Amino acid sequence: MASSNSPSKSFGALAEFDGAASLVSACEKVRDAKYRKWDAHSPFPIHGIEDAMGIPPSKLGYVVFVVGLTGASAGLLLQWWTNAVDYPFIISGKPLFSWQAFVPVCFELMVLFSAFACFFGMLHFNKLPQLYHSLFRSERFERVTDDKFFISIESADPRFDEVKTVQFLKDIGATHVELVEE
Amino acid sequence: MSHSPKKITAQDIELPQNSLWRKLPLIGVALAVIGLGASAGIAWKGGKLHPQFYFSYLVAYAYWLSLALGGLFFVIVQFAARAGWSVVVRRIAEHAMLALPAFAVLFIPIALGLHDLYHWSHAEAVAKDLVLQDKAAYLNTTGFYTRAGAYFILWFVLAWYFWKKSTAQDESKEAAATKRMQIVAGPSIVIFALTLTFAAFDWIMSLDPHWYSTIFGPYYFAGTTLAIFSFISLMGVLLQRSGVLKDVITSEHYHDLGKLIFAFTVFWAYIAFSQYMLIWYGNIPEETVWFKHRGGAWLGMSIFQGVGHFAVPFFFMINRTIKRFKPTLIIGALMVLTVHYFDMYWLIMPTYHHHGPHFTIVDLTTFVGVGGVFLAVFGYGLARHKLIPAGDPRLKESLAFKNI
Repeated sequence: MASSNSPSKSFGALAEFDGAASLVSACEKVRDAKYRKWDAHSPFPIHGIEDAMGIPPSKLGYVVFVVGLTGASAGLLLQWWTNAVDYPFIISGKPLFSWQAFVPVCFELMVLFSAFACFFGMLHFNKLPQLYHSLFRSERFERVTDDKFFISIESADPRFDEVKTVQFLKDIGATHVELVEE
Repeated sequence: MSHSPKKITAQDIELPQNSLWRKLPLIGVALAVIGLGASAGIAWKGGKLHPQFYFSYLVAYAYWLSLALGGLFFVIVQFAARAGWSVVVRRIAEHAMLALPAFAVLFIPIALGLHDLYHWSHAEAVAKDLVLQDKAAYLNTTGFYTRAGAYFILWFVLAWYFWKKSTAQDESKEAAATKRMQIVAGPSIVIFALTLTFAAFDWIMSLDPHWYSTIFGPYYFAGTTLAIFSFISLMGVLLQRSGVLKDVITSEHYHDLGKLIFAFTVFWAYIAFSQYMLIWYGNIPEETVWFKHRGGAWLGMSIFQGVGHFAVPFFFMINRTIKRFKPTLIIGALMVLTVHYFDMYWLIMPTYHHHGPHFTIVDLTTFVGVGGVFLAVFGYGLARHKLIPAGDPRLKESLAFKNI
């Protein structure tokens, strides 16, 4: 039976900031304090925040590269099988396997596969679709789409401590800090 | 956001008095005299120049002209797009385009060698040839000279206008000059595109007068853009090596230049393959003959275009780290600049050497000679002006530029 004054399990701490500049400088300090499971929330994209947060370059490019090459190979294989093996048919006197004619289809399939890899890979790396998030419990967090900036540190982080982390967030310029339930 | 703009000192953007760069005009002139002198000396046979000279010269001319035209393209596109990132590297392109007037003088050997280079210039050949008679309204000597004159006048006007206005802004600092150039840049693109296309038709495509390809202009254009992006990267790194432009050109700018090299490698391949595939598909003799001349003993070099001009630079330049790390970017740039020469050679030489590539010493000497003139003019600009457009109102933006 959960008591009313202590949350059953906390998701983490949510700190509120007034401006983009104070958010970025706070991010640098959270990064330097070696927190791993945390995120910054802002109503608009902020230049240079990846550096401030210490986010490494996205791995998405490598996924797209491999899948794109797969698409090009699939296009070549498809045309080779259909035109030269399964149903040989001479078209304007060209050889059955005419790579020149196959290039556009290979190219298009590469683009198609790459686009899918890029779109779904992006969703995957962003952990989307996600219908519910614990931070939505916070009423103050609603203003993240309007005029407020937030940093959330999850309790799953090994360095997380209910007292110390809250104090830390206050020290780095948060105007308000709260604990959010799972 | 949290980056304060860097403070630039005079040492950063001016060449030191004893710098070797200041001798570049002299070195260029020396190379030009030696290169062109040796070419003429070697090719002088029986009271006239051997045709090999004219073809080698045309290859060298097409190569170095592509750098000057690329410089013009880079400058007007930056203004047309109101680009902020490129301000710190723009001056390198501006000095490259300053060489355009010199190419009017360098055109003299091509004009003199007209009959050795261009089959259509022989009246008796046209008299026997119905196709050439139909084309005579365009492909005739008077038209050739008149058009060349028009290209050079327009190139001179554009290059001089942008160069003069941009260098004058270093001292005057007036933002109005940038506004003015942004307005002029729009129509300049149209003039640039038309003159480059027709120059490529006249000087390179008409070597094979029966053949035509409407995409030939973009093909040459793709080479010019690749050449200038590589040249800017190379010069940027070399200048930084000699102690100037430190922290002015950053890995962010090199990253963008690398992205442009990468993108235009794909653009070149797209254009080159489009030209080839349509001709291959159509299979019409007067079109396929051009590729037939590039088969046989030339086939190796034709395949080399696909591998060296596309596949290798593509897979090399695709990586982010390679574009941002100066030594690897320079490897890519040098690769492109080298293969671009063989591209020009491949376009021009089969007309003269039907039986396969045949490199001679004149190829080298003309390349050095024309290149010497280009480098002399480039060095002249470099020595006389600040290394970046110091009065450009977007300089701060460029210095603080970051890729996302």
